[in-house]
Amino acid sequence: MPEVLKAPLVVEFPFTRSLGPVQSAFLTGLRERVVLGVKTGDGQTLVPPVEYDPVTSEELGELVEVASTGTVSTWAWNHEPRRGQPLDTPFAWVLVRLDGADTALLHALDAPGPDAVRTGMRVRVRWAEERSGAITDIACFEPYDGGPAELTGSDGRFEDMVTGIVAPARLDYTYSPGRAQSRYIEALADRRAVGERCPSCRKVYVPPRGACPTCGVATLEQVEVGPRGTVTTYCIVNIKAKNLDIEVPYVYGHIALDGADLALHGRIGGIPYDQVRMGLRVEPVWSEGGRFPDHYRPTGEPDADYETYKELV
Amino acid sequence: MPAPRPQRDIAVVAFAQTDHLRTSDELSEVEMLMPVLHEVLDRTGLRTSDIGFTCSGSTDYLAGRAFSFTMALDGVGAWPPISESHVEMDGAWALYEAWTKLLTGEADTALVYAYGKSSPGSVRDVLTRQLDPYYVAPLWPDSIALAALQAQVLIDAGDTDEPALAAVAARSRASAAGNSHAQLRGSVPRGDYAVRPLRTGDCPPIGDGAAAVILAAGERARDLCKRPAWIRGIDHRIEAHGLGVRDLTDSPSARLAAERAGVFERPVDTAELHAPFSSQEVVLRKALRLDDSVDINPSGGPLAANPIMAAGLIRIGEAAARIHRGDSNRALAHATSGPCLQQNLVAVLEGDPR
Ligand SMILES: [Zn+2]
Repeated sequence: MPEVLKAPLVVEFPFTRSLGPVQSAFLTGLRERVVLGVKTGDGQTLVPPVEYDPVTSEELGELVEVASTGTVSTWAWNHEPRRGQPLDTPFAWVLVRLDGADTALLHALDAPGPDAVRTGMRVRVRWAEERSGAITDIACFEPYDGGPAELTGSDGRFEDMVTGIVAPARLDYTYSPGRAQSRYIEALADRRAVGERCPSCRKVYVPPRGACPTCGVATLEQVEVGPRGTVTTYCIVNIKAKNLDIEVPYVYGHIALDGADLALHGRIGGIPYDQVRMGLRVEPVWSEGGRFPDHYRPTGEPDADYETYKELV
Repeated sequence: MPAPRPQRDIAVVAFAQTDHLRTSDELSEVEMLMPVLHEVLDRTGLRTSDIGFTCSGSTDYLAGRAFSFTMALDGVGAWPPISESHVEMDGAWALYEAWTKLLTGEADTALVYAYGKSSPGSVRDVLTRQLDPYYVAPLWPDSIALAALQAQVLIDAGDTDEPALAAVAARSRASAAGNSHAQLRGSVPRGDYAVRPLRTGDCPPIGDGAAAVILAAGERARDLCKRPAWIRGIDHRIEAHGLGVRDLTDSPSARLAAERAGVFERPVDTAELHAPFSSQEVVLRKALRLDDSVDINPSGGPLAANPIMAAGLIRIGEAAARIHRGDSNRALAHATSGPCLQQNLVAVLEGDPR
């Protein structure tokens, strides 16, 4: 059994989201150090505000200001802050019912230790120095000894309303391709292509994924295929991909390696793009130190007869 | 309102699961899943081509790859084309979809499977991506932190305390001693605080695993299984996403689902609860009115093995397997999704009288 292959895989996205009128007012308010809630039909004030009543699903839109002070309704001590969380020193997660609100807001509480936190304690907002109209405009809460803070008198209308947020998301993985694909990748490093044969229908899959999709059984028997193959179909790419140093137009094709019952994909080079055709015989070209074929080029053999590859199109 | 009686008798006729392990990085998802699919088919003598409908549950966020479930389809023989569907949810919800498909009469058998490989990423971070993206997700509150907030509410309300939570975990892992598939079995230390008041012992293990069940309707179920586990009712409900809107000591959605599934019409003898945290069992026991006469999580439950996306389906499978074996006559199975038991599915399974 070869060593398990592993590689870091980072998935990172800046999600751009537009806001409706209620969220827009709330987040713009935070930028201006104002906390807004929304009134429900039965007179409750929801903070953070939502656009639809969670009980009746009635549309909501009447914004009211609440205080930037409040009471902890529950808490949990986080001694090891994780990436992206509001504070990088130990803190308490808290649900805070702000003065004037009937529901609680989730955020972080900066406190010296768990003994300094309890349900029912008074807290106030600590504003972030730089504010852009996001929940993180509240840097965190901090302990506070006093009554409700004064309201600013805001009616929820501001100059230059925030209409969207960018929510960056990053997740880190360690990718392992599994048994079948590991064997394939390791063989490629030796400039060999290996497929796997289905014990039931005898088809050879390249690259192997460990299972025959027709029979639903494991493919285990390794079969050497290629290196030459036949172009079964192709397309001409006219859009330059970011971070890819290939001049357009170029040709991307399906290539049935000799001995394989499934075509794999690859770029076709060494031939003008408008001369690539179905049936063209090709072979892999490896770049210096490359762990997989850079592209496939014509072998110079006569084209394959359609009958020989029609099942693979 | 009495629960409506299903139009057709539908039963779980077979169940299989992997051993649940901290990592399975030598296997791809389909390689991990395939033995389970073969085992559940072998139990009934069916072949994939005999199955009327196939439905699966998994999530791309665990794999970090878009449309990751399509790779797993190789394991069910999806060529020539089959009738197939997928839910980006726990497999319990895939089972719900399969159950409705069988109710329509369009199929007589269904294969439901679910899998999750948590080992490539960080589950605590991955699960933050299911939260409200405007007000909550930008703060990256992880799954343990949110469960800990709920645990503190319960402690403040006098519904539990830290020793009682430790007892839930200890009982679960002791029960898991009889479950060869479980990841954590026997005596497991309470551990240090993960996020106070929850200790590592109150939290589920992180692991990789898969499960599959076969459903069949009417006489077909009797042909395939000596004692089918008839689904007498199944329902799922959701509550507000805002944590500060909800009463975290209660689970009205679980109670409503249970009521609509017919749980409260007659006592159950077994309950398989998808409560990944010890504190959530406290909430569910109260919401589902389960007293000490009910055998709770005899498999060890999710505190013993919690493969994300499969753990809820496993609750249904474990409850059904007890009926198949004759250890239960009427069992409740529960699955959850979202932070602090936001979404809940409840099924009632019964065996024929003996
Ligand atoms: Zn085959």
